[in-house]
Amino acid sequence: MKIRFTLNGERLEMDVREDQRVLDLLREELGLTGTKEGCGEGECGACTIIVDGRAVNSCLMLAPELDGRDVITIEGLSKDDEPDPIQKAFVDAGAVQCGFCTPGFVMSTKALLMKNPRPSREEIYKALEGNLCRCTGYVKILEAVENLITKEG
Amino acid sequence: MDAEKEVKTITREPETFQMNYIGKPLRRVEGLEKAMGKAKYVDDLKMEGMLYAKPVFSRHAHAIVKSIDTSEAENYPGIVCIVTSKDIPGENELGEVVHDYPMLVAPGDKTRFEGDMVAIVVARTLEAAKKGAELVRVDYEVLKPVLSIDEALKDDVHVHEPSNVKHFHRVRKGDIAAGFAQSDYIFENTFEVGYQEHAYLEPQGMVAVPDIDGGITVYGSMQCPYYVQSAVARVLGFELSRVRIIQTETGGGFGGKEDVPSYIAAPAALCAYLTGKPVKLVLSREEDLRMTSKRHPIRVWLKVGVKKDGTLMAVEAKVWGDMGAHGTLSPIVLWRSNIHAAGSYRVDNVKVDVWGVYTNKVPTGAFRGFGSPQVFFAFESMMDEIASKLGVDRLEFRRKNALSPGDATVTGQILDESTGAIETLEQAEKLSDWSNLLKRVEDFNQKNRLRKKGVGIAHIHYGVSLGAMGNPLDASGAFVQIHKDGRVGVHIGGTEIGQGMKTAMAAIAAETLGQKIEMIKVYQPDTSYVPDSGPTVASRTTLFSGNAVRKACEVLRKRMVETFADFMKVEPSKVKVTNGKFSCPVGEMTFGEVAAMCDRNNVPLSETGWFASPRLSWDPGKGYGDAYLTYAFATQIVVVEVDLITGAVKVEEVYTSHDVGRAINRDAVIGQIQGGFVQGMGYALMEFIKYDEHGRMMTENFNTYIIPTIHETPRFRIGLVEKPFELGPYGAKGIGEPSLIPTPAAVANAVSHAIGKRVKRLPIIPEYLLSLITQREAEVV
Repeated sequence: MKIRFTLNGERLEMDVREDQRVLDLLREELGLTGTKEGCGEGECGACTIIVDGRAVNSCLMLAPELDGRDVITIEGLSKDDEPDPIQKAFVDAGAVQCGFCTPGFVMSTKALLMKNPRPSREEIYKALEGNLCRCTGYVKILEAVENLITKEG
Repeated sequence: MDAEKEVKTITREPETFQMNYIGKPLRRVEGLEKAMGKAKYVDDLKMEGMLYAKPVFSRHAHAIVKSIDTSEAENYPGIVCIVTSKDIPGENELGEVVHDYPMLVAPGDKTRFEGDMVAIVVARTLEAAKKGAELVRVDYEVLKPVLSIDEALKDDVHVHEPSNVKHFHRVRKGDIAAGFAQSDYIFENTFEVGYQEHAYLEPQGMVAVPDIDGGITVYGSMQCPYYVQSAVARVLGFELSRVRIIQTETGGGFGGKEDVPSYIAAPAALCAYLTGKPVKLVLSREEDLRMTSKRHPIRVWLKVGVKKDGTLMAVEAKVWGDMGAHGTLSPIVLWRSNIHAAGSYRVDNVKVDVWGVYTNKVPTGAFRGFGSPQVFFAFESMMDEIASKLGVDRLEFRRKNALSPGDATVTGQILDESTGAIETLEQAEKLSDWSNLLKRVEDFNQKNRLRKKGVGIAHIHYGVSLGAMGNPLDASGAFVQIHKDGRVGVHIGGTEIGQGMKTAMAAIAAETLGQKIEMIKVYQPDTSYVPDSGPTVASRTTLFSGNAVRKACEVLRKRMVETFADFMKVEPSKVKVTNGKFSCPVGEMTFGEVAAMCDRNNVPLSETGWFASPRLSWDPGKGYGDAYLTYAFATQIVVVEVDLITGAVKVEEVYTSHDVGRAINRDAVIGQIQGGFVQGMGYALMEFIKYDEHGRMMTENFNTYIIPTIHETPRFRIGLVEKPFELGPYGAKGIGEPSLIPTPAAVANAVSHAIGKRVKRLPIIPEYLLSLITQREAEVV
């Protein structure tokens, strides 16, 4: 079926299969491989994208559901190769190790800060609880997000 | 959680020279690419004409394959071919240490666990490959599966002939009978530890490509490219020179990508060879959990003799490890269990025996700590038990028996200067404010009836690198090339798996050459550049690859200094190189200008480096001698809170001190310690692999196999002890594994302290904990 949506600021019209996952549409059809698949069932958050301002597991969403929506992927955060402040903050805090979960964490953080620029620690926990990381123990991830808030405030 | 501000350091020797990078917090060199989603992991590769492969796994844990019918699958649209054992041109044999793992089970042979492969379906799309795999019909004669250590020990049903049980290793020191005779008290206990899944976020996978050199190039997620190279060559019957392995960015390893990538690369390469096309084989999370290695479930029986004054007199240990269906790395994993089972203290009389047993479950293998966290859980639990019976302070009891330079380990190895055991105990004591901490917890417990806090402590040592059993593998190479613009390319045989290898190598190269770190490029490992450098395991990469890089860079620096000195007409000793600049009393040039001058003068600006472990004197027959090159030490103190109604445990505070020799990248060392702790905490409290009675795993994704989330992260205070190791690059030892090793023991001791009952089993799931509280241990499953 035909769908129209906005992807990283660009208006697209595409023919998609009804049973196609958004994750596969992004990775396989559009070549946007920054969104990762870690579990395929919405448990790990590596495939997090932002749809109409909300963080979504793209492995649990079907392509037709994108019709009329505004979508941001990890590739859409950096402008002309200039990283988003969140991406810089993650690297500066040492919150990146193997990096496979990082795009998902960055997108969950982005969705949080778009809605709530000064979240409390509890709100950060809540926003990131759906993202699994096996390398960092989450300490430096939390530091990255908190550094960002302090800097902006 | 403000760990960064809490880091304390004990440095034994004053800095003898000022360094630009070593020991500083460094920004990860490949960090931005990862954070921006640009880094290429294996599933991100796509090639012209690429095909997709899906394995057909055994449906039974233990069965004879009678026949394989591929006709229906072959006719499905999009299927290119279906590969079975008869299509293998080389040997149908995998397994990195023990070769008992068929790549594809042939008709007439047995499947030994549900993750054995029977066939591989190759198709034009992933969907077609999946469908094809469902349509392959296999006729089985189902056999009784062996599903526990107890069943395996009965040895009436054999997983492999002639027996399920293999005696692997021993330690013998002193006179064990005399040691117990001289003891005032003797303690005995049995401990059981379950599986742990690595749960790296990136599932395993490979892309194999028929290459332009007439061979096969395999790209993929891995720790050990040279293992993969050998496995692919063996299965294809190829010369090693026709197999090239390139590691893609790897989304976590923890040991899970030590040998297993070979078992995925070999079938992928076979499919590429048979079809002449690039073939991608990436596992789903479910396939990954069912097929790939886990931490060994281990049973430990311990007997410890001690004097009234707290002197350890004798330790006897019997260790049984569940190897699963195939031997793979078990002999070497259990060798580390053997060396560490009698603890980290001075004791003159030691007897350890280690057996591996086969079962019809997933093959167990390498996992951060490599057979040591299990035995330390047992030993450190005994230490707490003994201290409590003797009525002495647990930390004091450990300090009394701890190792110092010049002491002998449990295997009789005399320790070198880089032995910071006691310093870690004292640092952890200070960080935690030990005596006040105990009081604080006691106060809390007096005021609360249904919630109890507990304090746990664990003290460990860890043999850095492969040790005596791995001596032939313990050497690493590097190839360093300085381009005429001053940029530096570094090739090594070790891999970046998230631990920070690239940044550590860039720092060592920059420090040694005098170039700026941002001018150093550390490439993805490629077996065609660097000779076999052994595996990226055993916390050995900084030590081995780091030394190889340092050696190559020292030669290159000397050449550049001589060229510059010649041009400036000064003695080379008058030349300084630092931060990208050559200078002498009469002038200076940039690093790039000197590189360009070397290029014009035909001065070679590429060099190889090689570092090999000295030979160790271990005697496997006697079970005595030097087991490892050197040891890292750690002491960890944790505070938990237990809900006595629900059995839930929350780890609240962590105080941990690590002797790392020297921190190359301070930021990365802290990251390893935090990450290792949380992974070890998951193992202690929640991570639980469950099988049904047919040998099928019931916990095969993250909805049933639960790992810690951000909510479970405790508050950290971290200390580093830096007692430089003379053979280490700038004195470094290693931190990858010691970060996790003390944690299961420390957490279990804290829970035991909180509930006043001895935890003897991991993981401490609520059901087990509640049964301990209510003394209904016999009912625990």
